[in-house]
Amino acid sequence: MNIEAVLLWIRGPGLGLALGIFLFGMAIKLLEIFLLGRKKNLAAVRSSGVAAGFRTILSRSLPPDGNILRRPRFTFIFGYAFHIGLFVVMFFLAPHIEVSHALLGLSWPALPTPVVDVFTIISIIAMMALLWHRLTSPLLKYLTTPQDYLVWALTFAPLLSGYMAYHHLLLPYTWLLSIHIGSVELLLILFPFTKLTHAFTLFIARWYTGMMAGQKGVQS
Amino acid sequence: MSKATLERGINALKEQIDTPTAAFFSSCVNCGLCAHACLFYTETCDPAKTPIHKLEPMRRLWEQEYTLTGRIRKWLGLGKPITDDELEQWSELAYQNCTLCGRCSMVCPVGNDITYMIRKLREGLSAAGHAPDGLIGATTRAVKLGSPMGVTLKALEAQAKHVKEDSGLDIPFDVEGTEYMVLLSSMEIINYPEYLQAIAKIFDQAKKTWTISSEAFEATNSGIQIGTSDIAAELVQRVVDAAEKLKVQTVISPECGHAYMAIRWEGPNLIGRPFTFRVQHILEVLDELREQGLLQVEGVEDGRLTFHDPCQLVRRGGVIEQPRNLMRLVVDNFVEMKDHGKMNWCCGAGGGVSAIEEAEEVRLKAFNRKKKQLSKLHVDGLVTACANCRIQIEEGLEENDMDMPVIGLTEILANHLVEKETGGGSSA
Ligand code: SF4
Ligand code: SF4
Repeated sequence: MNIEAVLLWIRGPGLGLALGIFLFGMAIKLLEIFLLGRKKNLAAVRSSGVAAGFRTILSRSLPPDGNILRRPRFTFIFGYAFHIGLFVVMFFLAPHIEVSHALLGLSWPALPTPVVDVFTIISIIAMMALLWHRLTSPLLKYLTTPQDYLVWALTFAPLLSGYMAYHHLLLPYTWLLSIHIGSVELLLILFPFTKLTHAFTLFIARWYTGMMAGQKGVQS
Repeated sequence: MSKATLERGINALKEQIDTPTAAFFSSCVNCGLCAHACLFYTETCDPAKTPIHKLEPMRRLWEQEYTLTGRIRKWLGLGKPITDDELEQWSELAYQNCTLCGRCSMVCPVGNDITYMIRKLREGLSAAGHAPDGLIGATTRAVKLGSPMGVTLKALEAQAKHVKEDSGLDIPFDVEGTEYMVLLSSMEIINYPEYLQAIAKIFDQAKKTWTISSEAFEATNSGIQIGTSDIAAELVQRVVDAAEKLKVQTVISPECGHAYMAIRWEGPNLIGRPFTFRVQHILEVLDELREQGLLQVEGVEDGRLTFHDPCQLVRRGGVIEQPRNLMRLVVDNFVEMKDHGKMNWCCGAGGGVSAIEEAEEVRLKAFNRKKKQLSKLHVDGLVTACANCRIQIEEGLEENDMDMPVIGLTEILANHLVEKETGGGSSA
C-alpha cells in the first residue's frame, strides 16, 4: 500500500470513523453529566441567575480584573497565547474552511496565510512553554497526571504537523498531510474520553457556577 | 451519629455527585490557578493544598462510577478503589485546610465551583467517620444542648440582664407577632455581648418590634460545617419551628458569616421546603433601616478604618454593598484592602476550622494573608461582621504583635446612635 492510498483512506473512511466516534462519545459524555440531575434550589433567590450564568460563561474567558499580566503570569500569558493561536488556526486557515465547506456546507472568510502562520507559531511556542512549566513547576508537577501529557501531545501533533505540511518542511507533502489528518483523527477519537472535553463542558461548568452565585446576588 | 463506615461514606458521597459536579470534574485541566487563590496554598506553598486536589477521592469516585471509561477500567480491574486510609488522609485537607471561603471558585478559568464540591466531600468524609473530633464535639453539643459551645439559655438570660442594667432596655423573649426574630451565635453571647446591647438600642430607636426565641436562639449550624445533612436539617428545623410559632416576619442572622449561609441559603434546601418568613443578615436589616431613615447616627470615628468581609456573607452570601454603605455612615476615613468585597481573603478560621484543635498551626499560618493585607494599609482599626472572623483576627494580630482594635459593625453603629427621645424604656 502506498502513501497515496493511505491518505485516501484517512481522508475518507478514516475521517468518517473518527467523527462518528467523536460525536457518539460526546453524546455519551453529555448524557453522563446531565442524567445525574441536580436538586432544585428552594431558598428565596435574589435573581433567577440566568443572566449571571451567561455573564460567567463570557467573563471566565477574560483574565480576572481584565489584567492579563496578573499572577501567576506564566500560566496566564501562555495559556491565552496557546488558546487564541489554536482558535485562529483551526477556524481561519483557508484549507480548514474548505473542509468545513465540504463536510457541512458552511464557509466564512479566511485570514491571509502569513497571519495564520504567526498565530500557529505563537501557539506552538506557547504549548512548549506550558509543557516546560508543567515539567518544572513544583505545583504543576504535583498536580499533573499522565493524561495531562497525553492531551498535550494529542493537541500538539496536529498543530506541528499541520504547520510542517503547509510549508512542505522535512517530509514529503503527502506524508505530512497524512500525519496531520491522522493526528486530528486521533484527537477526535480520544477527545470525548479525556479532559479535552473541557472545551465543551466548561460552558456547563461556568453556567452552573455563575447561575448559583447569581441567585445569591454575586457575579462570579 | 450512627456508625460510620467506608461503605456509608462512599454511598453518602455518591449521593452528592450531581450534574454540576460532573461538569466540574470533566472540565478541570490541572492548570493550578485555583492554588493561587487559596490562602492555605499561598501561605504554605504546599501543592497538596491546591483546592481541586482536596477533592481527589471524590473525583476518582465520580470517574469510576459515572463515566464510561472509568467504569470500563473498573470492570477490567484497573481502577484504584477508594480506601479508608485515603479518606482519613483527605480529611485533613478538606476540613483543616479549607474554610469553604469560595475564593478558588471565583478564579478557575473553566468555571469550577470547587467550594461547592468540598462542602459535598465533607458529607462523605463524615459518614465514613473521618470528621475531626473538634467538629464532632461541636455538633454533638449543638444537637444536645442547642449550642456548639454549650452556651445555655441561662447564659443568654444573664447577658440580657446585663444589657438591662447597662442600658435600661429589655431583651424581649418569646414575644409573638414581632417583625423580627433575632438569632445569635454562641461566640457572640460569650465573647461579644456588646452585639446584643447594640441591636436592642438600634431597634429601640427605630421603633421596631423584635424577639428572641428561648427555644431556638443559636444561629450557627455545625451540621453544615461537619457535613451531616440530617443533623444540619434538624438544627434548621428548630429555628423554623420557633419562627413559625412566634409568627415573625423576618429572622435575623447575626454577625456571623457561616450562620447566614446556613439559614439563608442552605436552610430551605436542608428541610426540603421554602421558608414562610424572610431571612436577613443583620447588616441587610441595618442597611434597610438606613435607607428608610430609621438609623439616626451622629459623629464619626476618628481613625483610619477598614472592613474585613466575612466570606460567607460576601462571596457566598451576596451581602456586598450593605457593609460599605454602613461603614461610610460613621467612618470618614474608610479604606478598602486591595482584594475586598467578593474577592476578599478569608481570615483563615471559617468553615469549622476554628473548632478543630489540630488546625491551630495552619490556621495561624493562613492568617498571614490577612496580616500582609493589613500591614500594607496602615489602618488604626478593623471592622467586621462575624464573631468568628473577629476572634481569629484578634488572635492573629496578637500573635504577630500588631496592635489594632477589631470591632463589629453593628456595635460601631450603635455607638453613634443619636441619643434623643427614645420611644420610652431608655431611662434606667
Ligand atoms: S483552576 Fe480550575 S481548571 Fe485549574 S486546576 Fe483548579 S479546578 Fe482545575
Ligand atoms: S474554599 Fe477557600 S480555603 Fe477552601 S480550597 Fe477554596 S480557596 Fe482554599
